[in-house]
Order: sequence, then C-alpha cells, then structure tokens
Amino acid sequence: MSSEPNEPPNEPKAVIELQGLAVQFGQRPILKGLDATLKGRAIGLLGPNGAGKTTLLHTLLGFHPPSAGTARIFGKDIRTEAREIRSLMGYMPENDSFIAGMSGVRFVRMMAELSGLPPEHAMERAHEALFYVGLGEARYRPVGTYSLGMKQLAKLAQALAHGPRVLFLDEPTNGLDPPARERMLELIRDIRDTGEVHVVLSSHLLRDVEECCEEVLVLKEGRVAVYADLALERQANRQLLEIETYSAGEGDDAWFAEAAERLGCELAWGSRQRLKLVLPEGVEVRDLYRLAAERQVQIRHLASKRDSLEDIFLKAMEDSHGGV
Amino acid sequence: MAVYEQTYRRYAGELTPERRRFLIPMRYAFREIFGSKLVLLLLILAGLVSVVLAVLIYLTHNLEALKALNISLDRLQVDNLFFESFVRVECGFAILLALVIGPGLIAPDLRNNALPLYFSRPFTRSEYVLSKLSMLLLLLSAITWMPGLLLFLLQAYLSGSAWTGAHFGLAWAIFAASLEWIVVLSLLTLAISAWVKWKPVARISLLAALYVFQGWAKAMDDILGTRWGAVVSVKELDSAIRSSLFDGPTPDGIPIPVAWVVLAATSLLCLAVLYRRIRAYEVVR
Repeated sequence: MSSEPNEPPNEPKAVIELQGLAVQFGQRPILKGLDATLKGRAIGLLGPNGAGKTTLLHTLLGFHPPSAGTARIFGKDIRTEAREIRSLMGYMPENDSFIAGMSGVRFVRMMAELSGLPPEHAMERAHEALFYVGLGEARYRPVGTYSLGMKQLAKLAQALAHGPRVLFLDEPTNGLDPPARERMLELIRDIRDTGEVHVVLSSHLLRDVEECCEEVLVLKEGRVAVYADLALERQANRQLLEIETYSAGEGDDAWFAEAAERLGCELAWGSRQRLKLVLPEGVEVRDLYRLAAERQVQIRHLASKRDSLEDIFLKAMEDSHGGV
Repeated sequence: MAVYEQTYRRYAGELTPERRRFLIPMRYAFREIFGSKLVLLLLILAGLVSVVLAVLIYLTHNLEALKALNISLDRLQVDNLFFESFVRVECGFAILLALVIGPGLIAPDLRNNALPLYFSRPFTRSEYVLSKLSMLLLLLSAITWMPGLLLFLLQAYLSGSAWTGAHFGLAWAIFAASLEWIVVLSLLTLAISAWVKWKPVARISLLAALYVFQGWAKAMDDILGTRWGAVVSVKELDSAIRSSLFDGPTPDGIPIPVAWVVLAATSLLCLAVLYRRIRAYEVVR
C-alpha cells in the first residue's frame, strides 16, 4: 500500500456533480437533464441497455459536448476544464481497444506517456500495472494476440498505469468467463480498497455493481431513475428481521408478537404467517429468543432482510418518473 | 513501487510538458517503421540517388578526377533541370514511402478502436493529427528537400559566389516544390487512412487517388480539348507547380495560381475528412 495521503488537501468532497446535464445526438436526446452528486469511493452506474450509462461516461470524458447543463469532476467543469479532468482520469472502454502491433508493455507505456509520465517512469509503471492485473508473464506479447480476458486486463492496466484519481470502467466484465470475471471484480475491489482512486463502474450486471460499489446511480431512458447509497441502505436495513414461529399452545404466537411490540419493535405480519420486525436501538435478537423461551415458542426461521440492489433496481424500473 | 508489491498507487511524480506530447506517438511510430525492411530499402534507394548526384556534382568540378576515371560529363549541367529532376525522382520515392507507411498510421487505430484510449487522456484530436502528419512530413523531408538543399549547398560551395548569386532562387524552388508535394501527399495519405479502415484497401485508394485521377485528367483534356483537366489530379497540379518554380515550360497548362488554389482546397478537404473521422466514438444520429 502506498504511503501517499488518500486525498490531497482542499479536494472537493463530491467526485462527480451532474447539474442538469443533457446530451443529444442530432435531434435525439440521450441524456435528459441529469442531476446528482456522487461522493463514493466506488460508484456504480446501472441501467438497462440504452439507458445512457456509456454516453454519460463519454460526456464526462469530453467525447460528447453537453447540449445543456454541465458536470463537474472534483469541482472541475467538463465544459471548460476537459483537459485537466482527463489528466485525472483512467478509462477502460467497453469494446476491444488496443494499438495494433504493440506488445503489452509498450502499449501501456505509451498510454502512460500520453498521460504525461516521463518515459522512464512510464516504463516502470507499465511493468507494475501489467504485473498488478496479472499479465506480467504475457507483457512482451503483442496485445493483438491476447485472449478476450487478457485484453480486458490490458485495458485495465493502461487505465491504471498513470495513477489516475478517478477510474472509469465501462462494462469491465463483458465477455469474461466466471473465473476471469471473479478475478476482474477482485481487482476492482482491491483498487477501491487502496483508497487511492475513485472507481466509477458502469454495468448492466447488478451483481458486479453490488459487489464493488457503495453508491449507485440507476439510469433509465436517459434520466436518473434512482440514486442509492448502498452502504447507508445496508446499515438502515440491518435490523429488519423476518421471523417464523411455531408454538403448541393456542395464542402463543400472538402473545409473542405483542411482547415484541412491547419491547418497542415495529412489526407486521407477512405472507405464510411470517412476522416482519424492525428492532429498535438497544434491542437485540437475543431478546426475542428470551421472549420466545418464556412461552416455549419455537423460532423456526429468522432472517435479516434488506432491500437488495435488485429490489432497488426493479423498483426504479417500475417507476419511470423517479429521480434523485 | 517494486513489481513484487503488486498493488495500486497513484502517480505523484513530475509530468512532461503538454505541448510536447504529440511527439510521443511519433516516436513510437518511428520505431515501428524503421523495423520494416521495405521502408529501410526505400530510404536507402532514395539516399543513393542523392549520393550519386552529389558525386556527379563533385565530378563536374573536378576535371582531374574525370580524366582519371576516363568519363565525360560534358552534357551534364547542374542547373534548374538538374535539381527539378532530382525533386521529381525523390517525390516519386515519397509516393512509395507514403504507400508503405501511410495506410498504417491511422487505419489500425480506427479498426482496433484505439482512439478512445488516446482521447481519454490530455491529448486532443489536433495533437493526434499533428503527430501523424509530423511523422510523415519528417520522413518525407529527409528524402526530398533536405538532401536537395544539401546538393545545392555542395554545388554552391564548388561553384563559388557568382553561381550561387545567380541561382539562389533554386534553393527556394527545391524547398517549395518538395514541401508542397509532401504536405499534399501526407494529408491525402492520412485522409485515406482515416477513411478506409483496412490497410490494403487504403493503399489501393491512395494509388487510385494519385494515378486514376491523373489518367482521367489527361483523358478529359484530350477528349474535351480543354486545359482544365488537371484540376482533378493532384499529380498534374504538382507537376505544373514544380515546373513553374524551376522556371520550366508550362505550355497551355492550368494557370499556376489556380493550381495552388486547387491544391490548397484539396489539403483543406483532407483536413476536413480527418476532423470528421478522428473522433473517440462515431456518433450515430
């Protein structure tokens, strides 16, 4: 791990601020006035195909000019400070992208040099980046001869080599087999956990985002469908329990529910006579077991339930007028 | 960070000046180009022409050497025609080099989707084009006006100030005629390389742009009895301009100012094609 400070002093808190950001291709609107403030270490961009995820990334990279509004990355405006912004970024495109005829190490070195690294540093970091992503042994082979999984890793290496502050990953697990996918997600989590870089992960795969991100922006038809702070959601829902009880005595289930209510739990009966409980502060699961023991009520099922990203995503897809 | 640590860290060292970054792809491309035996062969052949002419210039001023070698160079005059012929031959080598190198400059980047990688960095489209253009111009300069001016300097040194004073315009003609051709040729090559993603097709297209239109221009002149056919052929236009710069005959050709205007328009068109094609992503409207 590096000894560098995690954040330079005076760094704005927001990583990405979208301020009414709109983009259109010809007469066709693609992004329709996006507003959001993203601060997380790992930010997920979710949405079905055609939702505008890639266009949003491209706009932040300065590939498409906004037709209205703007966006800021670390406080820098994409309209006026595109070059400065790009010097802070690493980008891993969705599709196959490489320079023909170059070995892995030359390719990554050249990309690092284009980001401003002097040749000797670029060479050193190209080797490091390729070892880091697991292509150390293949670094002298031409990139064109790499397998799909290796090309994905080479793209990640070139995005990392110059040491960016924000890393844009566009569908990084596309076309990968399960072990390669797991390896890619492991790398993304590792990069995130260094605390040295903010990761923006665009994907249509909920599991990828759920496993790597703490903040999610769900896009639908060019609009923000929902924004979710997954870390907060997980914390807020931690005390939601689902319980199934059984008792020989008549009325003991109802007594248990009333007793739990007296402890301060919010409760509701769910399907299949399952009780949904929200534990108040200071009440633990063991208190419920104690209550159950008093009347010999058996707790046959107890699950800590939370809104999964899938729930959030599906809810967002149902509500076409959602927003942050 | 040592390789064994295998972890991510941010770069905190010094950065290179932004205005010099266009030299980076050029440096990498040069290394690749000089790895090609065909390119080396063409450069050697083009260099040989200069060496042979330098020897001839030297011999015309060294009667003892001529006698010793028992050769006669009475009919050889180191004049406008001599240098114009040199420029014409070297511009021919420039076409061959452009055919070998040019299609590989942009087409592979387009085919392999490399442009987003360039432009996601502090590196602009203009710098990308400048980098590719500079590479071609530098290479073609090395076989055209640079040796041409060296030959002129050799002749000037051996002939003395009287000849130099009387023929000073030749230096300008060598430089201008060569530069005009290599700029147009380079832009045309890059535009075709940006338009056509496959190298063999790009080569054929470049050949067609140079020679099919030349044939067409001549056919137009013959069939329609006009002198304006040259406007469709950059080779004919270049020929007319070169001839005028070396004070050669320009019988019934296209007016020289028109030739300059058409070549300038062609260059602008090539730049427009490059501007249209060199993008991180093609936007489907």
